[in-house]
Amino acid sequence: MSFQIKGIAASPGISIGRAFVLKKNAIAATGVLLRSSQEVLNDVKRFEDSVQDSVDEVEKIKSNPALKNDEVGILDTHIEFLTDPQIKSNVIDKIEKQKRNVKDAVIEVIHDAVKLFEDMDDDYMRARATDIRDVGNRILKNLSPSGQTKSQEFGLDTIIIADDISPSETIAMDMQRVIGFATSVGGKTSHTAILAKSKGIPAVVGGGGALHDIENNDVIIVDGLDGLVIINPDKDCMAGYKTKKETYDNHFKLLQSLKNVPATTADGIEIKLLANIANADEMEESLEYGAEGAGLFRTELLFMNRDSFPTEEEQFEFYKKVALKSRSKPVIVRTIDIGGDKPLPYFGLPQEENPFLGYRAIRICLDRKDIFMTQLKAILRASEYGNLKIMFPMIGNVLELRQARKILEESKNELLDDKIDFNKGIQVGITIEVPSAAITADILAREADFFSIGTNDLCQYTLAVDRGNEKIKELYDPFHPAVLRLIRHSIAQAHQHNIDVGMCGEFASDPLATLLLIGMGLNEFSMSGASIPAIKNQIITYSHEQAKEVCEKVMTMDNSKDIKEYLEELKK
Amino acid sequence: MISKNYIITAPEGIHARPATALIRLTKKFKSSVSLKKGDNLVQLNSMLNILAIGAKGGESITVIIEGEDEVDAAEAIDDFFSEVLKNL
Repeated sequence: MSFQIKGIAASPGISIGRAFVLKKNAIAATGVLLRSSQEVLNDVKRFEDSVQDSVDEVEKIKSNPALKNDEVGILDTHIEFLTDPQIKSNVIDKIEKQKRNVKDAVIEVIHDAVKLFEDMDDDYMRARATDIRDVGNRILKNLSPSGQTKSQEFGLDTIIIADDISPSETIAMDMQRVIGFATSVGGKTSHTAILAKSKGIPAVVGGGGALHDIENNDVIIVDGLDGLVIINPDKDCMAGYKTKKETYDNHFKLLQSLKNVPATTADGIEIKLLANIANADEMEESLEYGAEGAGLFRTELLFMNRDSFPTEEEQFEFYKKVALKSRSKPVIVRTIDIGGDKPLPYFGLPQEENPFLGYRAIRICLDRKDIFMTQLKAILRASEYGNLKIMFPMIGNVLELRQARKILEESKNELLDDKIDFNKGIQVGITIEVPSAAITADILAREADFFSIGTNDLCQYTLAVDRGNEKIKELYDPFHPAVLRLIRHSIAQAHQHNIDVGMCGEFASDPLATLLLIGMGLNEFSMSGASIPAIKNQIITYSHEQAKEVCEKVMTMDNSKDIKEYLEELKK
Repeated sequence: MISKNYIITAPEGIHARPATALIRLTKKFKSSVSLKKGDNLVQLNSMLNILAIGAKGGESITVIIEGEDEVDAAEAIDDFFSEVLKNL
């Protein structure tokens, strides 16, 4: 029978193989109480022996030289749990004072510890419950001599199906033949997920009870990209997945080969590739793709889906989390960019005829100093934990920049009065997304520490095209000579005034534009983490000299159709 | 008795791996070492208790060291929080 189960994508990739179902014996407390002090002494001794046997077992697994560092780390943690004085005294207390037999005592103590972790408000800590359960099962197994597990023999291309796979099980497994995991329970930070990722094996976790219907040797597809487990797929499905697997594997190889390659042009000019992020998880993920920081940290996410403005404390925690994940790489925090098109239910913005030309972003902030200062103080406080920079969106004239800077100074002074630390030299930049800002880039460059060109809005404002309007979407075109001229002018003015200039709009992640932008002198590109390898691939292929020639040529062309055709031709 | 405050710089906080390293470090000394966060005080020899205290990145904790080799122990712990923890 063919069927499909939706779970959580825990480790990317696709594997096609046969099921091996791991079953565990249920362990239940017996309720039998100890009757004599001799029995108590015996059971305490049995506990101590069993712990020693367990430690020896783990040490033995650990002695395998093929283990990776993180696996050894997990085993070391297990040894600390096994020899934990708190666990030991809890178990012995139960045996001595409550006359529990040793098995029941261990089951109860482990159960309480598991519960303690499962109730924590942190995914990582919740996942540690698996470690404790694993340690408990090992002690219990060693308490009953019959509980020996025999080593499992896997066929080629085995996909392990289980409720959950314990850390030591995964480590002791013959991984040569295991190509995928599917489990009923667990989340993105569960052990199965972490280990599958570290070994590069696709995994789907949290598939639920439906996985119990899988039998040994069923044909299984584990889709670790979309979080699907497909059981006994039909021909079409199988063919589709073979293609999907090949595409992914090739893409993955490219990613892998480029991850540690510096983004340097063929003639040695360094280009910075940064990520556009919205929270700490994306910050972390982007570093995996080789990002050298965040060129745009959108802060709106924190303001949406709630009933009131986030407090300074909540904002501080949110920004701090990102700062801590950034490993001291630069993070450009953009102050809130809300407006009539992205209304907040608790902040009554009037319906506007032209929300994109209306009361939005920095215009709201300069009007509502209270909202603005709360955010600025939170960002400043978080600047103690990483290399944060502040960016004001939608600046249209220098007076707005001056006013925003003045409010920033007031925020700093309030923190100073309260003796709260922050980075006093924090850099302050602006997005270039309103045509007036691009045209007066020479003026703004004197007072901003950096520019970030937001091509999405710059394009729609320059061309008077609403990019959400289906009927005219063809007119939305960042290769339009007008947009290119504004971009080039902004970059040139930034260089002339010795300030940094980057680009955070979608244009930065368009491989067709990369060469042209480098030719204009752009040296910071910010995009979604996943786009980085493809852009890097462009950068390392061409030289800066070639890029300049391409730019000169493009700037003489009079329409975007010719420009795009010319750039397409170059890629061939 | 030596008592010192630290801010946890590792983004993950004191998770399993750093806790393991910290326990093993303190085992080298005779002094008793305890960890305090807010009103919770635990002995720094139990994995269960250290993880249960839940010290996250950016939070501040106090380490209390008492015993004949407390000066050396404090120095080693200082090195752990200022240097070692970052790389775990």
